[in-house]
Amino acid sequence: MNLRRDVFQAIADPTRRAILLLVASQAMTAGAIASNFDTARPTVSKHLAILTECELLSQEQNGREIYYHFNAKKMKEVADFIEPFRQMWDDRFNKIETIMKKFKSK
Amino acid sequence: MEQKTKIAAEDGKQDLVITREFDLPLDLLFRAYTDLEIVEEWMTSKVVKLENKKGGSYQLEKKDDKGNVVFAAGGVIHEFIPERKITRTFEMANAPAGVQLEIYQFERLTDDTSKLRMHVIYESAAQRDQVMQWGFTQGINMAHDRLQAAAGQAAHRRPR
Repeated sequence: MNLRRDVFQAIADPTRRAILLLVASQAMTAGAIASNFDTARPTVSKHLAILTECELLSQEQNGREIYYHFNAKKMKEVADFIEPFRQMWDDRFNKIETIMKKFKSK
Repeated sequence: MEQKTKIAAEDGKQDLVITREFDLPLDLLFRAYTDLEIVEEWMTSKVVKLENKKGGSYQLEKKDDKGNVVFAAGGVIHEFIPERKITRTFEMANAPAGVQLEIYQFERLTDDTSKLRMHVIYESAAQRDQVMQWGFTQGINMAHDRLQAAAGQAAHRRPR
């Protein structure tokens, strides 16, 4: 439960979402990620720490550099949590729409 | 394609917002929620009572072939403004979901389209998450089937 809470907190922040988008296309070093933002480097580092902590990013040592990778599997867990609930409501609303359209055509 | 139904559920909070845009004029959308027979049709439950007024109440019920109540839910209407707003409580019998407060806001978009915004407030954040997780396997909509499957047990219980 706590883990999931952390994941949601992680993606609630717009900068962190932007970081995820960046890293999703290719693994990057902290410096390369930070160069995409006006935000101070320590702030970006903090965001990276949070994203790593909740497993949305993973670190990989490559020589002297540490690269951040995007964990698509974890991201999918987040989307999967709400999606069935949303789908259920969508089905119900579709049903209402279908029923009421009969009245509309009358 | 953009999704017609959207769910906004901030983590750690005890509420959520469901929004949906309908290809229906506002009056028809509102009628879907206030006409007893129409509610029965989309809820696939019997509407035992539906009093569309402040202080009124409503009761839904579904029975199996043997007449056992397999789904029962109801609540009290606190605010009723035609084609604009309904505020009501909702409680499902024999389900550990507690009482939830539902605020429905109906809005006209064009002559042929309208929007529903449902703000649902649960007793706790944990309870909200529990209800959302039901979506994994069945959801409230399909709770009927779940209860139907457990009809043997349900037969011994009475709705609150």
